[in-house]
Amino acid sequence: MKTEETTAAGSTITRRRFIATAGSLGIVITAGSFVPKFLMAKDGEEIAIDPQQITAWVKLDKDGRLTIYNPAAEMGQGSMTALAVIIAEELDADWKLVHIENAPVIPETYGMQWSGKLGGPMITAGSRTIRGYYSNLRQAGAQARYILMYNAAQKWGVPISSLKTEPGEVVNRDNNKRMTFGEIVAFAKIPDAIPQIAEKDMKRPENFRLIGKVLPRFDVPLKVDGSAQFGMDIQVPGMVYGAITRSPVFGSTPTLLNENEVRETEGLVDIVPLDHGIGVVANTFEQALKAKRKLQIKWSDGAKAEKFDSEMVYADYHNMVHDDSLKGKELLNTGDAANAIKSAHKTYDWEYRNDFLYHARMEPMNAVVSVAADGKTAEAWAGTQAPDADQSAIAEVLKIDPSKVMFHNCYLGGGFGGRQVEFSAEAAVLSNKVRRPVKLVWTREDDLQYGSYRPISLQRMQAGVDQKGNLLGWRHYIAGPDQRLQGGAVPMAYYKIPNQYVELRLTDHGVRTVYWRSVSHGPNKFAQEAFLDEIAFDQKIDPYQYRRRMMLELPRHLTILDKVATMCNWTTAPAKGRARGIACSDYGGSYTAGVVEISLDRQSGKIRVHHVWAAFDAGVVIQPDNAIAQMEGGIVMGISSVLNESITFKNGKVQQSNFHDYPILRMADAPESIEISQIPSSAPPTSMGELSLPLMGGAIANAFLKLTGKPLRHMPFTGEKVLAVLEG
Amino acid sequence: MKTSFKLNGKQVQVETAPDATLLWTLRDTLQMTGTKFGCGVSLCGACTVHLDGMAVRACVTSISMVAGRSVTTIEGLAEKELHPLQEAWIEEQVPQCGYCQSGQIMQAAALLQANPRPNREQIVSHMNGVLCRCGTYVRIVKAIESAASKSEKQ
Repeated sequence: MKTEETTAAGSTITRRRFIATAGSLGIVITAGSFVPKFLMAKDGEEIAIDPQQITAWVKLDKDGRLTIYNPAAEMGQGSMTALAVIIAEELDADWKLVHIENAPVIPETYGMQWSGKLGGPMITAGSRTIRGYYSNLRQAGAQARYILMYNAAQKWGVPISSLKTEPGEVVNRDNNKRMTFGEIVAFAKIPDAIPQIAEKDMKRPENFRLIGKVLPRFDVPLKVDGSAQFGMDIQVPGMVYGAITRSPVFGSTPTLLNENEVRETEGLVDIVPLDHGIGVVANTFEQALKAKRKLQIKWSDGAKAEKFDSEMVYADYHNMVHDDSLKGKELLNTGDAANAIKSAHKTYDWEYRNDFLYHARMEPMNAVVSVAADGKTAEAWAGTQAPDADQSAIAEVLKIDPSKVMFHNCYLGGGFGGRQVEFSAEAAVLSNKVRRPVKLVWTREDDLQYGSYRPISLQRMQAGVDQKGNLLGWRHYIAGPDQRLQGGAVPMAYYKIPNQYVELRLTDHGVRTVYWRSVSHGPNKFAQEAFLDEIAFDQKIDPYQYRRRMMLELPRHLTILDKVATMCNWTTAPAKGRARGIACSDYGGSYTAGVVEISLDRQSGKIRVHHVWAAFDAGVVIQPDNAIAQMEGGIVMGISSVLNESITFKNGKVQQSNFHDYPILRMADAPESIEISQIPSSAPPTSMGELSLPLMGGAIANAFLKLTGKPLRHMPFTGEKVLAVLEG
Repeated sequence: MKTSFKLNGKQVQVETAPDATLLWTLRDTLQMTGTKFGCGVSLCGACTVHLDGMAVRACVTSISMVAGRSVTTIEGLAEKELHPLQEAWIEEQVPQCGYCQSGQIMQAAALLQANPRPNREQIVSHMNGVLCRCGTYVRIVKAIESAASKSEKQ
């Protein structure tokens, strides 16, 4: 599978023209109307195309090889393959002949679905890729198939209705004559009109040949022999290396105190001051690091963040959620929660806390930018979740039009939210100064200490129940610094709970926060699910049965919950010293329920998750094994964040620096088994990448409650915190 | 400083600073980018290569330490098409983002060389130094077990 051409994720078609190679056919689709047109190329001919009007989803060669263009960032979630599967399914392609390349950066055509049509930003985020492209790419595949059938019908002089397709071939139903897709390339012509293919004329899910089947991922072979090109791996002739020391307190600005000394560093090309740091450029990366280590910088005073202490802030948050004179942003208000709680048989009122989290992508941030000698054009390579935003950011630095920046997206060594723009913009500043290609690399320490984090939060949960423990009212107050990251994950569509009120109370610490896998769901689902379990525990009701009671009228959700209970043999007790905890979550229209089995080392306070079971319903699943991989990955990252991970600030400075003090889960602490079950569905696909992670906070706390009778209310559940809870 | 060593079976000579590391020499001077930079201080294992058959972290291996010795990277692991571990990695669809996987495979290959049929505990203990943020650990264990059992059958 390894060939020269498959090693790079870079695009081969450019914004300015579609280079038609000898004897190949680009089935190109006009943006907006999605009317496909043919592009026929004679040998060696280049066809110039107006970039505003036309671009390609698929390209077919004479030998039948089909290139499908991938509009999304491939960061491990596998959508590069899944999107191609969607097109190939309706096109009835022979999967063995499919090749995938990254699409060029043209958001007008390749951008996300935005109010029903493609053409939004080219951003890969929010687990929106499959659900956002599904219907449009099925249509693109179906129309491409129509074009091939139209041409075969012309050639054979038969009506198109007498034809069908089989993988890679058009077949005449009447005489079983066949023509491969590749053969059609030789004579194909543009049909006058391409119909919009109606849903009823597309494949029915029971006839899917590729969707829902286990197909290997396109990128996997390249990731086992070292040939996959990440941004970090890009080599450009004449390239030099950049490194930057950035503000230790966000918002402070630098003054370099020892420029002359730094300039003496062997191999130094230049020193580049930035608003938020000092950059150095050198002939090798190790020389750049040496120069960086020499930098003596005086940082300005007065940044908002400089008095921020994250351990102390919980006291403020506690006051915020108990101060009746405050009124934050109302997130949900059904019935009359206040009165329902006031008149309840019994009430509960607890707080849950979540520290800041760091993404810890294995590939630190980096970018290669090559600004032309005249500064009027640039070429750039990076792994980003939003290539069009990176392209624009580089253009802004250079004060040129984005069309003058040729941007190549690369494989991302982890995304997990917010991996975009700033490294590209920084590299553009460095390259603009030295007018040579610059590879900017963030060290692990840079990446960790100048991270943008999942925000800290405190959640006050209140509930009132009747004599049987049934919820009568529910109030949830969230305190934290970032509405877009903390105001989600509020509705619990899978539980019937009357009289709910949820409010977000905001403050600002002047530190950097950004999307982190599952966003609001990690903290908010933890608070909801742990609180529910504590109520069930107090009411002496089995936590599975307690949830079940609230799902009796919700069959879709009950199916998921019952499935996971069956998978883990919920009613059978685990081995001595072990306990199970259950939790539910959702994400982007998908639903899940999970169970963990834990043990506890009472000397160290260390929790160990041995087994995890999860069932999910995400509609049609394009790549089932990859969906399972996403569930597994979210579970492992979830356990890691719940047990180990914490970023703390003192005087505005991040206290951690590398994996010794920001420990992410290692293999020895990973579950021995993870069992995932997909609930079959023919509904349109919904989200996968962020679905399982939010289960872990609640499920682990709930297993701990079962095991010890004590609640865990502050993530992460480090040994130290667990011991304090056990003693308390 | 000139240093000669064997890289993936071929003799090479590089000109570097005396304190250059094997990692950046491989990546930048020799353009062998399969070996990854992850932490720079031997905490993550993304840069794992073999030095005379032993798994080492290239980020803390100085170039002077490899003089006259034999270095194997992910690019040179397979003698023919693919190493049994690489085949198992594909079979189990292990990688997600893939950035750590060169290091994972090189670490696992050193294990199988020393112990062709490791048990689960030995696998986990040997592999524990190589981090994966995507959470592919369960599949890594399966792939190593599968590769080990296949080579035993042959």
